[in-house]
Amino acid sequence: MNATQPTLTRGSVDDRDGARPVAPGASRRRRSPRLRTLGWALFFLLPSGVPLLLFTFVPMVSSAWVSLHEWNLISSMTWVGLDNYAHLLTDPNTREVFGHTLLYILGYFPLVYAGGLGLAVVLNRRLAARGFFRAAYFLPVVTSWVVVALVWQWLLNPSNGLVNQILGFLNLPEPGWWTDPSWAMPSVILASAWKDLGFVMVILLAGLQTIPQELYEASRIDGASAWKQFRHVTLPLLSPSTFFVVVISLINGFQVFDQVYVMTGGGPSGASQVVVGQIYELTFRYGRAGEASALSWLLFLVILAVTAVQIRGQRRWVHYA
Amino acid sequence: MPDATVTAVRPEAEPRTGPRRRGFGRAALYAGVIAGAFVMLFPFLWTLVTSITADGNLSGGPTLLVENPTLEAYRTLFDTLPMWRIVANSFGVAVVSTVAQLVTGSMAAYGFARLRFPGRNVIFTLYLATLMVPLQVLVVPLFIQMSRFDLNDTYFALLAPSVASAFGIFLLKQAMESVPRELDEAATIDGASHLRIYATIVLPLVRPALAALTVFAFMSSWNNFLWPLIVIRSPELMTLPLGLSTLHGQFTTEWNVVMAGSVVSILPIAVVYLFAQRHIIAGMAHTGLK
Repeated sequence: MNATQPTLTRGSVDDRDGARPVAPGASRRRRSPRLRTLGWALFFLLPSGVPLLLFTFVPMVSSAWVSLHEWNLISSMTWVGLDNYAHLLTDPNTREVFGHTLLYILGYFPLVYAGGLGLAVVLNRRLAARGFFRAAYFLPVVTSWVVVALVWQWLLNPSNGLVNQILGFLNLPEPGWWTDPSWAMPSVILASAWKDLGFVMVILLAGLQTIPQELYEASRIDGASAWKQFRHVTLPLLSPSTFFVVVISLINGFQVFDQVYVMTGGGPSGASQVVVGQIYELTFRYGRAGEASALSWLLFLVILAVTAVQIRGQRRWVHYA
Repeated sequence: MPDATVTAVRPEAEPRTGPRRRGFGRAALYAGVIAGAFVMLFPFLWTLVTSITADGNLSGGPTLLVENPTLEAYRTLFDTLPMWRIVANSFGVAVVSTVAQLVTGSMAAYGFARLRFPGRNVIFTLYLATLMVPLQVLVVPLFIQMSRFDLNDTYFALLAPSVASAFGIFLLKQAMESVPRELDEAATIDGASHLRIYATIVLPLVRPALAALTVFAFMSSWNNFLWPLIVIRSPELMTLPLGLSTLHGQFTTEWNVVMAGSVVSILPIAVVYLFAQRHIIAGMAHTGLK
C-alpha cells in the first residue's frame, strides 16, 4: 500500500522535495503528515478546481470589471467607477426587484421543502408501483418551463381556469392570479414549487438511503413510535441532505428567472419582476451591461452573506457522521 | 365511538392489531399518492397528447382526448430540423459532461469531506461562490474569453464550462459526510491510501447521491440553452434546446410540432432517470455496517 502512495502525492509535493533532497526511503517516513495531506488535497481538488477557476471564476472577475464601466456590449467600455452601484442603490427599482425575489423565496421554499420531504418519506415506504410514483413525481422537474407555464396559465386562468372553477364552486374568492399584480408572484410560486417537488424528493430520498436500517430496528425495539423515529432518527440523520437542499434552494431562489420570464414576463406592470429578470433586461434588451453586472454583484453579495450564515450555523443542527 | 379512537391510536405502537384501520390508512395513502401522481403527470400527458393531434390547436384549453391521432408533427419536426444530428450532439455533450462531473465532483467532495487542510472552509465557500453569480452575467465575459483563444463554435466551448460543478461537489460532499468515519479509519490502520479509501469504501457508499447527480448533471446539460445559444453558430453543432427554440418562431400556432419537440427532449432524461432511480434507492444493503 505504501508503495503506491508516494507516487500519487509526488506530483504536487515534488518541488518541495526537490529543494530539500533527503535520502530515499527516509524521505517517505519523514515527510510531515500535514504536507502529505496537502498533496492529497491538491490531487483531489485540482480536477474540479482548474475548470471552475478558468470557466467560472475568471468570468466572474471580468464581470466585476465590467460593472465599473458603461458598456452596451458592442462599442468599447467607458470607465465610470462606482457610478453603476451608486445608481442602483438609489434606484427604487432595485429595492422592488429584491423585494419580489425575497417574496418568491419566502413562499416557495417552505412549500417545496415540506412537500418534497413528505413525498420522500411516503415514497420511501413499501408501496406497490413505488418506482412508477417516484418517476411520476419527478417528471415535472424534466418538463420544460415553456410547457409548464402554459399549463399553469390555463389552470390559473382567472375566468375559466380549473382552480377558479373549483374555488367558485366552494364559494371562495376567485383571485386574478397571474393577471393581477398582487397575485402574479403567488402564481409563479405555486407553479415553481409544483415543478421542483421532485427535485427535493430525489435528494432527500438519496439521503434517506444512507440512514442505516439498524438504527430503526434499534429504536423499534426501544418502543419508539413512528413519529418519534421520524423526529429522532430520520430528521437528524437526514440533516446533511436537508442542509444541501436549504443552501441550494436559497441560492437558486435568489436567482429565480426562467419561470417568471415565461409565466408573467415580470408583469403585470413589473409586479413580479425579479433581480435576474432585471439583469437580463438590462443586458440583452437595454444594452446596459455595466449596470447589469453591478446588479449581479449586489445579488452575489446578498447570496454570499446568506450562505455564509448558513455554513456558520450548520454546527447547531447538521449532524455529520 | 370512544373505543374506535382507542384502537385507532394503538396500531401505531402495535401494527399487527388493527388490520382494518391499517387497510383504510393504506387506501387513503394510495388514493393520495395516485391523485398526486396525476397532478404531476398531467402536463407531460398533455404534451404527449397534443403532439399526436393533427392541428395542434390549443384554444380549447388542455385536454387529454384526441381524435384521429397522427405522427404528422414528428415528421414535420424531423423534416424541418436535422434532428438526428441535433440529438446526437446533445447526447454526446450531456454524457461527457455528466461523466466528467461525476469524476471531478466525487474527488473534490472526498477532499472536502475527508481531508483536513488549511483554508478548507474558505476554498469550499469559494467553490460555492461559483453558483452565486447569475449565468446571464457570466456568459458575456466567458464568450469574450473563448473568442480570445478562438474556441467559440466548438464542442470544447460547449463542454468546458460544465466539466465541474459546485452543485455536484456540494451534493456529494454532504452524502460523504454521512458515511461513518469508522470505516475509513479502519482502512487507514490497514494501510490503505486516500485514493483507495475514496475508490473502494466511500464511492460505493454514496451511490444514491452519485445516481442523483447523474440525473441532475445530464438534465442540466441536456436543457442548457443560454450558453449554447451564445457560443454556437454552426448548424451541425446545434443542441436540442437551440433547435427547439427555432421551432417557436416557425410554428407559432402549430403547437403539435412544438409539443413533439418537447416530447423528444423529455424522453431521454426520463430514461436516464429511470436507470438512475434503481441506484438512488439502492439502500444500505451493501454498506457492510453491522
